[in-house]
Amino acid sequence: MAIEVKIPPMGESITSGVLAKWHVQDGDLVAKDQPLFELETDKITSEGTAESAGRISLKVAAGTEVKIGEVVAAIDETALAAAAPAAPVAATAPLASAHAESPAVRRLAAETGVDPAGVAGSGKAGRVTKGDMLAAAEARPAAPAAPATPAPAAPAVGAAPRAERQTRTKMTKLRQTIASRLVHAQHEAAMLTTFNECDMSAVMALRARYQDDFVKKHGVKLGFMSFFTKAVVHALREVPGVNARIDGDTVVQNHYYDISMAVSTDKGLMVPVIRECDRLGMAEIEKAIAEAAKKAREGRIALTDLEGGVFTITNGGIFGSMLSTPILNAPQSAILGLHAINERPVAVNGQVVIRPMMYLALSYDHRLVDGREAVTFLVKVKQAIEDPARLLIGA
Amino acid sequence: MSSYDLLVIGAGPGGYVCAFRAAQLGLKVALVDKRATLGGTCLNVGCIPSKALLHSSEHFAFARGHAAAHGLKLGSVDLDLPALLRRKDEVVAKNVGGLALLAKARKVAVLQGEAAFVAAGTVAVKGATETVEVTARNVVIATGSAPVELPFMKFDGKAVVSSDQAIAFAAVPRRLVVVGGGAIGLELGSVWSRLGSEVTVVEFLPKIVAAYDDDIVRNFSRLLAKQGLRLETGAKVTGFASGVLTAERGAEKLAFPADQVLVAVGRRPYTDGLGLERIGVALDERKRVKVDAQLRTSVPGVWAIGDVVAGPMLAHKAEEDGAAVAEWIAGKAGHINWDLVPAIVYTDPEVASVGLGEDAAKAAGREVRVGKFNFAANGRAIAADATDGYVKIIADAKTDRILGAQILGRGAGELISEVVTHMEYGGSAEDLGRTIHAHPTMSEAIKEAGLAVSKSAIHAL
Repeated sequence: MAIEVKIPPMGESITSGVLAKWHVQDGDLVAKDQPLFELETDKITSEGTAESAGRISLKVAAGTEVKIGEVVAAIDETALAAAAPAAPVAATAPLASAHAESPAVRRLAAETGVDPAGVAGSGKAGRVTKGDMLAAAEARPAAPAAPATPAPAAPAVGAAPRAERQTRTKMTKLRQTIASRLVHAQHEAAMLTTFNECDMSAVMALRARYQDDFVKKHGVKLGFMSFFTKAVVHALREVPGVNARIDGDTVVQNHYYDISMAVSTDKGLMVPVIRECDRLGMAEIEKAIAEAAKKAREGRIALTDLEGGVFTITNGGIFGSMLSTPILNAPQSAILGLHAINERPVAVNGQVVIRPMMYLALSYDHRLVDGREAVTFLVKVKQAIEDPARLLIGA
Repeated sequence: MSSYDLLVIGAGPGGYVCAFRAAQLGLKVALVDKRATLGGTCLNVGCIPSKALLHSSEHFAFARGHAAAHGLKLGSVDLDLPALLRRKDEVVAKNVGGLALLAKARKVAVLQGEAAFVAAGTVAVKGATETVEVTARNVVIATGSAPVELPFMKFDGKAVVSSDQAIAFAAVPRRLVVVGGGAIGLELGSVWSRLGSEVTVVEFLPKIVAAYDDDIVRNFSRLLAKQGLRLETGAKVTGFASGVLTAERGAEKLAFPADQVLVAVGRRPYTDGLGLERIGVALDERKRVKVDAQLRTSVPGVWAIGDVVAGPMLAHKAEEDGAAVAEWIAGKAGHINWDLVPAIVYTDPEVASVGLGEDAAKAAGREVRVGKFNFAANGRAIAADATDGYVKIIADAKTDRILGAQILGRGAGELISEVVTHMEYGGSAEDLGRTIHAHPTMSEAIKEAGLAVSKSAIHAL
């Protein structure tokens, strides 16, 4: 009997995606739970697995837009019994490929790594010609090298034409979504950024003092993020206008504190949400962040993990940023940008002293948040970081 | 009065293909021709009879000139011209008879007579005994072409003839002068030269078969001269009187004694007596029927195909026109690629071409790479005594896409098809080189020429 392989439900707002890659070939014998395909949706990339074992026949080509619930393959369970003891594997490439590509196209595909399936064909009925492949290969000349390869020495001037020193790759669905959302946020909101700086001495002292005990007890390091998360929750309570958003002609005021945390992954930026931060302890926040980051980097993150945040914290400091103006994570109304901690001379009580300083940036939607609110909010964050006792006593 | 979905005027390769295709698609079709047989010029007095003559005369030339080298002692080899012409007639009869059977099986009404428009959708067909009027929702003009006559040297059917008579001389002319070094002149010139005529070809242009690349023409001319054809190029014919054809090359006066003169300077679109002016079908400056990209004339419901419209006057081009028009009339997606019409001169060796030549490509400023391969390095050609000539592939220097091909060699006309197919699919020279060709065949020269574009031919340096 043949079992249909369908695109699994991904969450309410997701109705379609792109079947980015097949891990199996048409006619392969597959085992139960074997990964079959990679699905890219607006938000995440996930894997589809085999529900049963058998011989698979693929119904859609890689790169096809598919709907949730769409049948993309069938697995013939009866084929398993009938399967010969491992069919002899041809030493060379299969004789008949799925696409009838010309021999020169096949050679270029093998040599350059350009997949003809992703090349727009100029030949009869859209067939890919050698010229199309050469153009695609020229547009993407770099061999698929290990990403860790050190940057090549600057090429000699005039060594190669410009096009050979450029690389063109199709944007992933995730990157396209990030791009359109960022542009959307910039077009939609009246975005403005306010700055401040904070002295990290107190937080650093606390970390130094309690780190060992903290790790021993919770199995996770006490980082800066839990301090900032708590400081943000504290400031949101003080300035509720920042914990709101515009929905058409309505202002939606949030009375909860789900904070989005920007995480950089090799596939792009992900912003998982840490729920109910007002009720979590420092250790719980650290653990939740670590877990979300791990899931995001492994591509295991679920849509529900990305939805419903009220405010975002992004830390460009881990890459050494001195100062930047973050873009809103729509439909939220504000985002806090953290930066690098650098020792700088500052004046304290009439004395020039060296302190570990960090610049803070708060981008906000001026349609909803007034300058007074935004500046107050950021000052509250600064004060809580410079004097964490405020978090305890709520001042 | 009979009424049809489609009436096709002219039953040549364009017309009958159009009629047959339309009938296949379910239309009610009538096909008119003034000849008693179908097939038009091509099957009755053109391509097919000339090929029969070329084939027979090749055997004769082989038997006389080359058989001994193959160890064949044939004794005396004599020509029986009536028998040779009879065979040619049988070849024609077989071809046109086949068409009649197909027309009947496809329920295409065949009307014999001369057609003339009465109105846009009404055509009078004047037969031997009566004139009938036929109405049709669509009419296709497929009346073809006729030999061009020189005004100072009109056809008389005896001394000054067209190809119509030159396929049926009752005796081999002692001295034949051919005016015009194109395909028709060279093919029929070759036939009579092989059968014993002293043949002189007089061409107005500086080279024969002017559409081909210079190097191909140079080699082709040399090979024809070796066979005994005298080629006089750059010569303007001035007249024919008292058995002497006169011509001028600049200030030089030329005189060629001739028993018969074949005028083969080209063909003109044939629309005589059709009454196109009556319904207002527009013609261009060369008296060709004006058509749009879908072969529609200026009169709605009236179409035109083949030699009567602009484009190469070739049977296979007319056939494509005819099939496409039938499909368009039936509401389907007809397709013609006028950029890829192969052309062939059926001499020995043959010359064949498709697409852009090297000269034309360079004149157009295109950057090309050219791969050549000589039949002298092809095993089958050596075994078959067919080492004259070469294959030439012209490819885009950047994309390697095949832009054209020219082949000089035995059977070039059969070999060219492969290149046309590759081109139709956007193939590159490398694709030719990476496609398996059976060994030993002359076609391996195509593969090698494809490889030669990237300087990687195996059997050439």
